[in-house]
Amino acid sequence: MSSGNSSAELLYEKVNNAFPEAVLEVVDFRDERTLVIKQEFLKEICLFLRDDEELKCDFLEDIVADDLLPNFPRFAVNYHIYSIPHNHQIRLRVPVEDPDDGPETVGSIWQIGTWLEMEVWDLMGVTFKGNDKLRRLFLPEDWQGHPLRKDYPLGYEEVQFSFNWEAIGAKKPFAKD
Amino acid sequence: MSVGKKPGPAGGDKVQEFSIEELRAKFGSGLEIQSDENMLLSMGPQHPSTHGVLRLLLELDGETVVNLVPDIGFLHTGIEKNMEAKTYTKALVMTDRIDYLAPMSNNLGYILAVEKLLGVKITPRAEAIRLILAELTRIGSHLVWLGTSALDVAAQSVFLYCFREREYILDLYEMCSGQRMMSSYFRPGGLWRDVPEEFVPAVRNFLDFFPSRIEEYEALLKENPIFHGRTKGVGVISAENAVSWGLTGPSLRGSGVNWDIRKSIPYLGYENYEFDVPLGTNGDIYDRYSCRMREMRESLGIIEQALDRLPEGPVNIDDRKIVPPPRAELGRSMEAVIHHFKLWTEGFSAPEGYVFQRVESPKGEFACYLRGDGSPKPARVHFRTPSYVNLASLPVLARGLFVADLVAIIGSIDIVLGEIDR
Repeated sequence: MSSGNSSAELLYEKVNNAFPEAVLEVVDFRDERTLVIKQEFLKEICLFLRDDEELKCDFLEDIVADDLLPNFPRFAVNYHIYSIPHNHQIRLRVPVEDPDDGPETVGSIWQIGTWLEMEVWDLMGVTFKGNDKLRRLFLPEDWQGHPLRKDYPLGYEEVQFSFNWEAIGAKKPFAKD
Repeated sequence: MSVGKKPGPAGGDKVQEFSIEELRAKFGSGLEIQSDENMLLSMGPQHPSTHGVLRLLLELDGETVVNLVPDIGFLHTGIEKNMEAKTYTKALVMTDRIDYLAPMSNNLGYILAVEKLLGVKITPRAEAIRLILAELTRIGSHLVWLGTSALDVAAQSVFLYCFREREYILDLYEMCSGQRMMSSYFRPGGLWRDVPEEFVPAVRNFLDFFPSRIEEYEALLKENPIFHGRTKGVGVISAENAVSWGLTGPSLRGSGVNWDIRKSIPYLGYENYEFDVPLGTNGDIYDRYSCRMREMRESLGIIEQALDRLPEGPVNIDDRKIVPPPRAELGRSMEAVIHHFKLWTEGFSAPEGYVFQRVESPKGEFACYLRGDGSPKPARVHFRTPSYVNLASLPVLARGLFVADLVAIIGSIDIVLGEIDR
């Protein structure tokens, strides 16, 4: 099993030696290791993980954002990073205080990074510095808000497709009742 | 020729011209237009070869694709958000709808994540049945892929053959779960109920006749010069690029990267089964095709091994805090009534923490990120779906090729729009 502690330990030690001030916390849960790191170190650590000979984390699996309302920092972005040659896996968790001033993009390290960040921005509203391709991906271009946030209601609100109310009103006057 | 021309009213000779800026505002900002000499073409969302409601904005120089940008979201149903409002068990039904061609794989990814979060280990019989159904799902999904992608390169008859066999797999789903597609058969702690008696003979029957059917499909395609012409050397991606673009599943292995989650991060006891991981060498459409064809044969082998050693015993764990009591007990046991009531109203609580569970779905790596906060509802569910990630490499695969090749490439990376948009 890859989630054995030896590889996780190796990853942690290497990262901690290279960036002694970056790691805020190490979380072990269900055989998975998470390094909670400072936002400003993210890009350097990712580059280090990819290029180090013993680590070679060449595969970015996923980027997931968490909304931790009412905690502060409110957001946390998880990077699931994997090494195909060595079968290492690690999760980097970056607390984000201000979603408009989010972590740096990893699109230059793994090509897929840009695409995954687009989804995070669209649904959770965390921006990524240096990613100029952030746009509405799943939602219409004029959508307001980011639906996966905890303060975004699920249903019971006015529908947003109201751009053609005039046309609807002309053809179906009863629609507004 | 200017960038975009919109014909005027019928019969009129007035043509409305758009500037690049206007077009960008009209079509969305995704496409970086290379030259005003080129033509913009919107392909989809209602297009038979985009396998669903995918819209591609193409920039064409003649018939050559200069650049393209996928426009998705037409099928976005907010599954991740909806699941946060349901209990762990009730949220399960939404996972069927993610990749509706491989419902059992999605169930599996989500359920394994829930069980990982709870720290539960399921019974050997449930494990084996899940594995058999997951492999049947792989075959079923590959059959749809084979039929539709052959249709994309104008090999029409394959489609009907494939759907004939897929029907048998859907019947097997129905036999055990009562549903042909939206099965929701895997439940936290085991299965909905044990498989019926006729299930094992029916699967054996499938194992008997299916190898000859694969030969039938191959007879139609493998030596077909038209098929070769359309697929060999088309849509090539190098191993290094494929990894960097996050391709997984047969699309990655077609480029020769040996990475299969069943081998490297085994779940459901895959480490106890013998099977090969088919690899390609060139990374073109044909190699991806041949990987999937060989994978179907490997899946048959895995199912056979699982049937041979299918253990007897219960299919659910003996923990009434997670698995509801059998119906028969409700009439005579007060505890059973209480457990039943608690589970179907409140549900079970999962501890605080987050897990990430990967499974090898037919299309690639399907992973579920699950965060619990101590309540009976998940605080965050996220699915890393293979189709969504694989789609990102479409511009890389298709640049410089013809529109007809683009259609073949979309077929070869095997996307399902329900899974892309979620």
